[in-house]
Amino acid sequence: MSEGLTAEQEMIRDAARTFAQEIVAPRAAEIDRTHDFPADLVRRAAQLDLMGIIVPEEYGGTALGHLAFAVYVEEVAAVSGALAVILDVHSSVGTEPIVDWGSDEQKRRYLPRLAAGEMLGAFALTEPESGSDAASLQTTAERVGDRYVLNGTKTFITNVGVADLYIVMARTGGPGARGISAFLVEKGMKGLGFGQPMHKMGLHGSPTGEILLDDVEVPEENRLGPEGAGFKVAMKALDSGRIGISAQAVGLARGALDLAVEYAKQRVQFGQPIIQFEGIQFMIADMATAVDAARLMTWDAAAACDAAEPFTLLASMAKLFATDTAMTVTTDAVQIFGGYGYIKEFPVERFMRDAKATQIYEGTNQIQRIVIARELLRGD
Amino acid sequence: MHVNVTAEQQEILAMVRQFATEEVLPRAGRIDETAEYPADLVAKMADLGLMGVPFPEEYGGAGLDYVTFALIVEELCRADASVGLIMDVNISLCGEPIYMFGTDAQKKRYLTPLATGAALGALAMTEPEAGSDAASIRTTADKRGDRYVLNGRKIFITNGEQADIYIVTAKTDRAARSRGITDFIVEKTMPGVSFTTHYEKMGIRGSPTTDVVLENVEVPEENVLGGVGNGFRVTMDTLDAGRIGIAAQAIGIARAALEDSLAYARERVQFGRPIADFEAIQFMLADMATQIQAARTLMLRAAALRDRNIPCARESAMAKLFAGDMAVQVTSEAVQVFGGYGYMHEYPVERHMRDAKITQIYEGTNQIQRLVVARQVAGT
Repeated sequence: MSEGLTAEQEMIRDAARTFAQEIVAPRAAEIDRTHDFPADLVRRAAQLDLMGIIVPEEYGGTALGHLAFAVYVEEVAAVSGALAVILDVHSSVGTEPIVDWGSDEQKRRYLPRLAAGEMLGAFALTEPESGSDAASLQTTAERVGDRYVLNGTKTFITNVGVADLYIVMARTGGPGARGISAFLVEKGMKGLGFGQPMHKMGLHGSPTGEILLDDVEVPEENRLGPEGAGFKVAMKALDSGRIGISAQAVGLARGALDLAVEYAKQRVQFGQPIIQFEGIQFMIADMATAVDAARLMTWDAAAACDAAEPFTLLASMAKLFATDTAMTVTTDAVQIFGGYGYIKEFPVERFMRDAKATQIYEGTNQIQRIVIARELLRGD
Repeated sequence: MHVNVTAEQQEILAMVRQFATEEVLPRAGRIDETAEYPADLVAKMADLGLMGVPFPEEYGGAGLDYVTFALIVEELCRADASVGLIMDVNISLCGEPIYMFGTDAQKKRYLTPLATGAALGALAMTEPEAGSDAASIRTTADKRGDRYVLNGRKIFITNGEQADIYIVTAKTDRAARSRGITDFIVEKTMPGVSFTTHYEKMGIRGSPTTDVVLENVEVPEENVLGGVGNGFRVTMDTLDAGRIGIAAQAIGIARAALEDSLAYARERVQFGRPIADFEAIQFMLADMATQIQAARTLMLRAAALRDRNIPCARESAMAKLFAGDMAVQVTSEAVQVFGGYGYMHEYPVERHMRDAKITQIYEGTNQIQRLVVARQVAGT
């Protein structure tokens, strides 16, 4: 109650927490070690109705909104950053653009399966030469009769290979943002291939890699939004996607903080538990304060999004603050564990490795600062 | 917790902002220079009903909540940190404990003049040898018949000799530590109350800070606030709420620094363009704004909990800790954005930096806040 959640949001939190603590947590270290995609855990999330939280009820979702979504992603990330990003990307950038831009036909065709977890979603914007400068992408979509023929390479794609549906941004017109359109590309379409999974520093188990588009024929009815609106589709997706990444970062930070507090209570040095030392207390106080602020900012952005208010600035601030917090807090957690923190038998080093990605993807924190500054300087 | 600022609150804030911008802001530089108590502005705040914002109308207050109070403090401090502080201390450190713990007679007699601005309030707790270690005070209160005789010296008292009503902490049981402390409502006109040192301060120079000396001051027993031996508890509760006001002050100061920096960065031309066009400046501005937003979410949560009568020691300590550190950092960055001009007295940002420093120190240093937070987080 002191957190101000609605009964529905509390229900989601409790369900997600039980799922995370009882089912995911015991598997998290093994997923990190083996890099295996946790298909069974994704299925469990689907059974718990967690995969359609931002899908309208008429399309099989629960329509609980972004705040509930943030609450759920945080709970999962507090035990496994990898599973959190798999589920987050599926719902936010992998599904939400269809809710926002899809035709009735597209919604009927895809949303129920995405919401039920029968399909896993992914989002393909980044290319080898087009990272932060997304409008410079080179993948092409040429109109041939009632279809588009897609050619190009996408990279750093989360859920690559395991996803069933990819929202792919490709160039249908001239250079720049206005020449881009979005497409719904299904796994199994001829010419769609995947590169080798990339070997990452963290988030093992969340497959990341290239998508190779070699004359992939996509029917016209799979264009998402109007021709030329692809950049807008992508930017809107990333605005709300940032809420999910913020929530993932809050979860990682909180998970590391909880581990550090437990450890500090048990670890005895100089004849007393190290939590008795002010040096450790101060670290914990700063970590907890930053985690709370990050969560509050994430929820503010989510609440504004749910209320259909402008939230670009709030989401960018939340993403920037929460992910920088995740990095500092997980680093400090390793520090509190001392030498043990650096060893793989203990979980905190995984949190630190996982946290790093949150400062980079869905708009680096440098891009967030540019977005924020632009809003501020435009503001008054 | 997402705290929604209502349309009614926005309207009140717009009124306060107008007053702050038109009447307070143009005076801020001069108040800082002369260190003169801005009596006329305090009188105007009283006319606007600002001296009793969160107290019921039956006691002369405005009947608003603590969230609104905190946002008003922020607005006032955005214009002048001293003016905001005078009002904040009157309400949170003097009116609030009387409202929370006072008898009906005490409320009528003391809260009403405080809330209407007929009298000014202060809290006299700190002593030369009792700063952070507040339970170690040496001021004594000896029972003589139906009165108490107070002796001691209080230092660093905000609103100092300008105040009319003081909450004074004193030992009614010299042998006991915190449980030997009782709070008294002391009037300036009571014989034996005097003022010595008027401190020359680095910042918040329009806010008078003096010693309060108590020499055989006879206080009737009906002026005991919150029960004999309860003084420490009363004062700690007072500070829980007070820290929300200091967080608000810090946020107001930081906002002033950010807004001044934005304006300056737009007009200052170097290398042929406004320095706002440079990414280095943009990143600084983005970080400043994000930190302010983070602090505000913490402040609003603590205030919202206070409004719901939910204990907020952890949350107000986090808000004060984060906001104070943030204000020092953001104001220092603002001086940096202004470059050499920022270091000059003609520009306002060096004042913001000086004003900000105190927010890390008073109403519990940020080191004490960290102990409070750590204790709450670790459950020790």
